Amino acid sequence: MGISRPVKAPEIVREQKEILLSQVNEALESYRGERSELIPVLQEVQQRLGYLPEVGLKQIARYLDVPESTVFGIATFYAQFKLVPTGRNIIRVCRGTGCYVRGATSILEALEGELGIKAGETTPDLEYTLETVACFGSCALAPVVVVNDRVYGRMTTEKAKKILARKEET
Amino acid sequence: MQFKDRKRRAIAQWEATQSSPVPRILIGMGTCGIAAGAGDILETLNQELEKAGIQAEIIQVGCIGLCYAEPLLEVSKPGRPSVFYGHLQPELIPEIVRDYLVGDNPRPDLALGTRGEGNIEGIPMLFDLPVLKPQVRIALRNCGNIDPSEIHHYIANGGYDGLSRALKMKPQEVIDEVKKSGLRGRGGAGFTTGVKWQFCHDAPGKTKYIICNADEGDPGAFMDRALLEGDPHAVLEGLLIGAYAIGASEGYIYIRAEYPLAIRRLKVALQQMQECGLLGKGIMGSGFNFHIKIKEGAGAFVCGEETAMIASIEGNRGMPRPRPPFPAQSGLWGKPTNINNVETWANVSAILQRGAGWYASYGTEKSKGTKTFSLVGKVERTGLIEVPMGITLREIIYGIGGGIAEGKGFKAIQTGGPSGGCLPASLLDTPVEYESLAAAGAIMGSGGMVVMDESTCMVDVARYFLTFTQAESCGKCIMCRLGTKQMLDILEDITSGRGKDGDIELLLELGEAVKDGSLCALGGTAPNPVLTTIRYFRDEYEAHISERRCPASFCKALLTYRIDPEKCKGCGICARACPAAAIQGGKREVHVIDQSKCTRCGTCLNVCPPKFGAVVVTSGEPATVS
Repeated sequence: MGISRPVKAPEIVREQKEILLSQVNEALESYRGERSELIPVLQEVQQRLGYLPEVGLKQIARYLDVPESTVFGIATFYAQFKLVPTGRNIIRVCRGTGCYVRGATSILEALEGELGIKAGETTPDLEYTLETVACFGSCALAPVVVVNDRVYGRMTTEKAKKILARKEET
Repeated sequence: MQFKDRKRRAIAQWEATQSSPVPRILIGMGTCGIAAGAGDILETLNQELEKAGIQAEIIQVGCIGLCYAEPLLEVSKPGRPSVFYGHLQPELIPEIVRDYLVGDNPRPDLALGTRGEGNIEGIPMLFDLPVLKPQVRIALRNCGNIDPSEIHHYIANGGYDGLSRALKMKPQEVIDEVKKSGLRGRGGAGFTTGVKWQFCHDAPGKTKYIICNADEGDPGAFMDRALLEGDPHAVLEGLLIGAYAIGASEGYIYIRAEYPLAIRRLKVALQQMQECGLLGKGIMGSGFNFHIKIKEGAGAFVCGEETAMIASIEGNRGMPRPRPPFPAQSGLWGKPTNINNVETWANVSAILQRGAGWYASYGTEKSKGTKTFSLVGKVERTGLIEVPMGITLREIIYGIGGGIAEGKGFKAIQTGGPSGGCLPASLLDTPVEYESLAAAGAIMGSGGMVVMDESTCMVDVARYFLTFTQAESCGKCIMCRLGTKQMLDILEDITSGRGKDGDIELLLELGEAVKDGSLCALGGTAPNPVLTTIRYFRDEYEAHISERRCPASFCKALLTYRIDPEKCKGCGICARACPAAAIQGGKREVHVIDQSKCTRCGTCLNVCPPKFGAVVVTSGEPATVS
């Protein structure tokens, strides 16, 4: 939830649309088409595509026989779902209380400065998406930053910048 | 295979590994351990063992709770107590392998403590250390001791004895046993578990559901994650006992997607239960049938509320609805439903394993047993702890936690996350009990315990929590949706130097209105961090508003950076580093900060060589230009 900034979904040409659609259909195969499957279906489609394209939401609505507005409503209610593509690397800064008390704000500011984007945004080259998360539950190692699935604990602004530098090399 | 045979075999296997001539090495591989670098330690360890030609059994275990000392290893050689090594770096591994596994020097200089029978000179017993001595581990009984992906480890340590016992009792007898234990819900509200079960048991209807709430959303809390990662069967056994007691044959675990390792461990555990005949039809040869499904949350804090969670499982937006009817009457798909949180379930299995009387011997009159907390923030020893109810906050912070980090002064302790409150030093002797914490204005909560020191601004803490609850409000109730927004606006004004007379009174009034005007606990408790900080730290609010001063020197808008002309050596480092080009001064000349350009980023303070220490931060005083 939260106030999401207005984002523009990318223009997609028809061929891309068909590729997306077939990927969505593949994801739908293991579901029976019941209403209660809506959230798991959205999770699976996002897992496969990295985000939820408009064609996908429409197809899911048809498959589960629910109004498109309902699907859109759910997809925008839960923080996990994204309607625009994200970067190849997702950097998530924890803003839990343990991290906040130990200086998460300055880590976030350093990363924002380094990447030239604000939290919730993606770099124009689609390399990085910067996000904040309510809590990762690694509070004892605060402050924490998660890059893709790797958790980095006991962060400092210097260490955060180093992680970025290391990513650039590889 | 019957359960008793399976158990006999599990115990034989467990004892064989305990007395094996091959050394055993336990490594903490919970999310915290991995974040602290346990993966690298494990890799180095494997390489070093191979190089040295040493055969050893390596067991990956969950969190033992000494998070401050992660990564951790426990090395166990036959015939002597095991040795814990903490604060490990990969460079230390070759030394430990060479000295203690090849040689016979247990390296007391690197060891934290020993566990098991016997003594090793120069190393204290682990459970005699101040960090562990006051702790009683019931919910966390196996965390860090057993391989969580191995059901036989759990069974060998008394696991599923509780279920076996329950299945020989009548459902009502099981409920009575849980009532007798005095167990109260560990998710935060503290409702008596046995009574809650009774409602659902008594509700008419054949189909009933049971849910494990693993949507641990409070920022600053990770007890449930650690428990699920370290001992999933303790929770699952409790869930089965509850299902049998209320008459449910289908259960759900609602777990947040941010906990991928806990989800993996649960999936493995469910698979093994299936193989051992502990799920499905005719469990343990009785007439009890039970199935469990995992539902992954999709990132909405409000789904920790019972009715919102039910809506989410049904595939809807997680929005709470009015109660009554309570879930015990009409819950998931309109059927009677019982929801308890992870820690409650792990206590249930312990109660049935060891008896209600044993459990009730811990704790106080109204708060029985133990409670887990994630002790974090500005405390020397952060970690996952489990303490008997009735222990004081002081004993936790200064005993277990070792006091305030970096030698600073204590300011406040925050319990209960965004629903809880901040308590000052004068209340440090408050015992940890549902009633006494509530009377002080805080709550027991699910177990987040965040220590704050003198560098934490209490007004900004209130603003921080309101930012969270305001964003997480589902929007259904007007007071929660808009009232929290108004409160947040006022707090933002105060922390950025725009506070007005009357703001404090307005916050108090709004706070009460939001509490009264919200359906669920999210809105009903959202004002708590603001109300308690006003109650105990009103002087900080007043300093922000009338003196434009942040006593903790934290709120940027109220800070002034200047350079002490006596100390400045004119090295120019700060002027070059300043991103706003706000510092002027020639070589070997005293530098000056132009206050109209300064963005208060703090870079100059960080880069000024410590031997000069010329950059000074003040709050509330006008900048004096030298």
